Amino acid sequence: MTDDWQQGGFGLYVHWPFCQAKCPYCDFNSHVSSQIDQKIWVAAYLSELDRNAPDLSGRVLNTIFFGGGTPSLMEPETVAAVIEAARKHWPVSNDLEITLEANPGSVEAGRFSGYRDAGVNRISMGIQALNDNDLRRLGRIHSVAEARAAFDIARSCFDRVSFDLIYARQDQTLSDWTAELTEALSMAVDHLSLYQLTIEDGTAFGDRYARGKLRGLPEDETAADMYLSTQEICASHGLPAYEVSNHARPGSESRHNQIYWRYGDYLGIGPGAHGRLTINGQRYATETFRMPGEWVKAVNSGSGDALRTPLSTTEQAEEYMMMSMRLSQGLDIERYTKFSGSPINSHKLSQLVDLGMVEQDGAMLRATTTGRPVLNAILRELMVG
Amino acid sequence: MTDLAHIRNFSIVAHIDHGKSTLADRLIQETGTVKDRDMKEQLLDSMDIERERGITIKANTVRIDYTADNGEHYVLNLIDTPGHVDFAYEVSRSMRAVEGSLLVVDSTQGVEAQTLANVYQAIEADHEIVPVLNKIDLPASDCDRVAEQIEDVIGIDATDAIQVSAKTGQGIHATLESIVTHLPAPKGNLDAPLKAMLVDSWYDAYLGVIVLVRIMDGTLKRGMRVKFMSNNTLHHVDRVGVFRPEMEMVDSLGPGEIGFLTASIKQVRDTRVGDTITNDRNGTEVALDGFKPAQPVVFCGLFPVDSSEFEDLRDAIDKLALNDASFSFEMETSAALGFGFRCGFLGLLHLEVIRDRIEREYDIELITTAPSVVYHIFMRDGAMTELHNPADMPDMTLVDHLEEPRIKATILVPDEYLGDVLKLCQDRRGIQEDLTYAGTRAMVVYDLPLNEVVFDFYDRLKSVTKGYASFDYHMTGYREDNLVKMSILVNDEPVDALSMMVHRDRAEMRGRAMCEKLKDLIPRHMFKIPIQAAIGGKVIARETLSALRKDVTAKCYGGDATRKRKLLDKQKAGKKKMRQFGKVDIPQEAFISALKMDG
Ligand SMILES: Nc1nc2c(ncn2[C@@H]2O[C@H](COP(=O)(O)OP(=O)(O)O)[C@@H](O)[C@H]2O)c(=O)[nH]1
Ligand SMILES: C[S@@+](CC[C@H](N)C(=O)[O-])C[C@H]1O[C@@H](n2cnc3c(N)ncnc32)[C@H](O)[C@@H]1O
Ligand code: SF4
Ligand SMILES: [Mg+2]
Repeated sequence: MTDDWQQGGFGLYVHWPFCQAKCPYCDFNSHVSSQIDQKIWVAAYLSELDRNAPDLSGRVLNTIFFGGGTPSLMEPETVAAVIEAARKHWPVSNDLEITLEANPGSVEAGRFSGYRDAGVNRISMGIQALNDNDLRRLGRIHSVAEARAAFDIARSCFDRVSFDLIYARQDQTLSDWTAELTEALSMAVDHLSLYQLTIEDGTAFGDRYARGKLRGLPEDETAADMYLSTQEICASHGLPAYEVSNHARPGSESRHNQIYWRYGDYLGIGPGAHGRLTINGQRYATETFRMPGEWVKAVNSGSGDALRTPLSTTEQAEEYMMMSMRLSQGLDIERYTKFSGSPINSHKLSQLVDLGMVEQDGAMLRATTTGRPVLNAILRELMVG
Repeated sequence: MTDLAHIRNFSIVAHIDHGKSTLADRLIQETGTVKDRDMKEQLLDSMDIERERGITIKANTVRIDYTADNGEHYVLNLIDTPGHVDFAYEVSRSMRAVEGSLLVVDSTQGVEAQTLANVYQAIEADHEIVPVLNKIDLPASDCDRVAEQIEDVIGIDATDAIQVSAKTGQGIHATLESIVTHLPAPKGNLDAPLKAMLVDSWYDAYLGVIVLVRIMDGTLKRGMRVKFMSNNTLHHVDRVGVFRPEMEMVDSLGPGEIGFLTASIKQVRDTRVGDTITNDRNGTEVALDGFKPAQPVVFCGLFPVDSSEFEDLRDAIDKLALNDASFSFEMETSAALGFGFRCGFLGLLHLEVIRDRIEREYDIELITTAPSVVYHIFMRDGAMTELHNPADMPDMTLVDHLEEPRIKATILVPDEYLGDVLKLCQDRRGIQEDLTYAGTRAMVVYDLPLNEVVFDFYDRLKSVTKGYASFDYHMTGYREDNLVKMSILVNDEPVDALSMMVHRDRAEMRGRAMCEKLKDLIPRHMFKIPIQAAIGGKVIARETLSALRKDVTAKCYGGDATRKRKLLDKQKAGKKKMRQFGKVDIPQEAFISALKMDG
């Protein structure tokens, strides 16, 4: 019997929770700390791999992703040790993808060759903006010049390089953004993650926004126009969207992230890492302790897991729909129906089709270019049933 | 049983917040009726909603034992009456059970609209009236000015007005003495057959229906059989008692006394307020003049948000109706809202109280549709029907004309706000009847259509006068006017629950306001939505709610699956609270909020 997760693959996510400075918009599990004993961290990661491996034996590992935080603060030796241990536990696929998220500072760039030697074969850089004023307003500590230099080094070390930009920034106009995006596309890049700035609760931007002090954010209409222009410009440069915010030359898509969106299994280790693991036919949602100190302590006394919750078939149906509808490929209707036990409400579906929000193409249901910017509304319709 | 000369029955009349409940508390406390340790504030307000809103809804009664300075023991019966206009009928019938009133006026404020409305009822009931100037502990207290105002505006002698602080207790003793010396003792004949007035009744889960009575003649005894004269029903009296304010059983009640009886009566509807109770045989021949039952004046639909709760709603309404004969209901079906009830209320506060109680005590979330008054429709064939629901409006070609209820409103307002008040009344189609001054305050009397007042007039009045105006009204009758039914169409589909009756001249304005409001209240959808107001087939106002352009989570990775599912679950729950009209979801608040006018 094959498990459902096999349709998405199996990956390993490693969370590195430290950054040099906290960005004001960021609500990721990242902490600023001056002393980090990387030996302790290596030991903890390896212990978590050892603990989880028996439940996941016999699988082929497709991807490893070092995310953060700022994983480019990890010593190459730390990265090497984790990769080596993973390879020991699981056979890997021929095209094993190993990505590391890097901040584009000069110090980080100096470690790139070390990461390559450790086995990393893909770099994802958090460039965020291509003008210094905006980088400052985003609270970033690097400059455009540093970012470009780091990018050139990355290109020389790795076959696959991607970078992230944030748009709909304060005082950004539609033409500012399209010009910046065109410039980004002129760099030798095969993958771009383009995120609309999201104001998250509990961040410095969130507080300022709540007090009415975060000025100059583009209106919803402008942000919507930015999104549409982004789709067109990237597509015309040969990097069509394969997910809501991700664009790639065909073949250069991030395989690791696709495991999430295709609802495969992933083991998450490190503070606050989430996982989805199918064990004896039951899919679990896992979550580790969030605070770095707490997580290390928990690992040392046996397990970093804070939660391991079995997911009902209804919950799996919802998660599969939410994740897969983000992909331009869309949702496999038969797979969804297997989870949910009942077909998608045909009345709702035909309404959405009539509105041009979704289209059905054989076995697949997908959001159209018109539908994707309002995907949450589509999901609400489909999920309320 | 107490002899007549040692009984005093009275009520307290006051404008809201002038200290009626606090004064009642002090009188109860001073006489030791309730031990200090059992004392809680606003003793007589027993419902949660009464305590929370600081209003009295039901009349409440307490019997107080008082030894006067002359050494004699007296029994004082206080009936605390509601202050709000919606419950004016309760005030009037309670007044008939007592001989005197304390007229409480806040000495920092002076006479207000409800002071007037209530005191006129006391005068009408032939009460002896003792003016009480309250809140003298406050620096702003000005007893001379307020006493003068009482004499000028109300026309009663205020030279002996008692100066009181219900807060500190100052003047409470003087008030008790004044009750004994100034208020008349009740009259009655102990040897005559029983003649008791049914003052009020309510349902108690343990005892069944409790009947509040005032004995006029004769004796009411436990174990006797009585007759309710309005319908000739016979009952066996199983309990007789008094309120202190907790129930206390006694063997009998004699002339002049106020207390209660229980007689295994199952429904409040089986008792008629104002009825006369007498012996089952050889009873009195002459019944007391009955009260006219309170008529609902405001109607609206109540629908469960979750349509599977319809039966629970029916249950809740049945139970509430057991205790509130003034509230009417019948089943209603709406194309959009499903099954619910069309309910009639004494006014908007009454509506809110009932709605709150259903939501709180029975835990049912409700959609409330536009409140409407009762119109008289005169058909071409000469027939007249009452219209309780605009959705039921017959074809206009069959209608000869329509009449709407009118009220007489009295408003007291400091003169700096007078202009705003006049404008408000004018905007609401009012006709000025009187304008006089009492000191620096103006008293305006307007003839207004009830439908312009029912919804948000009082809120608007409070806001334009920064809370300094007081307001009271009573119904005066029906008058013909140019009234039409305005329908609201959302995405080209009529929404029956939003249709309303309006004056033709105000239709465009109201239609525009409704469409603008709805545009803000309805969330954006994936398509654009026209919102229109129409009379018959003619569109008189139109807005367009533009389509949702962007609603997508920018970044969603492995760790976000859980978070995102929770977020969507929350949104799903939010969507359940909306109602679908064709393809459009309308949030439940929209039905009431859309009607609030800003001008
Ligand atoms: N300072 C002062 N406050 C009072 C006095 N009597 C009542 N109050 C306050 O006035 C408010 C309204 O009193 P309440 O008895 O509820 O008024 P009701 O609406 O007439 O029943 C409450 O906050 C009381 O505490 C008084 O003599 N002095
Ligand atoms: C968690 S960060 C980790 C990468 C790295 N630490 C960095 O910041 O460059 C991953 C990406 O998420 C995006 N991101 C983080 N917070 C965001 C927000 N509030 N709105 C939009 N994008 C955001 C940024 O583009 C960032 O590169
Ligand atoms: S560097 Fe990246 S992970 Fe760290 S705080 Fe900034 S955005 Fe967040
Ligand atoms: Mg009160």
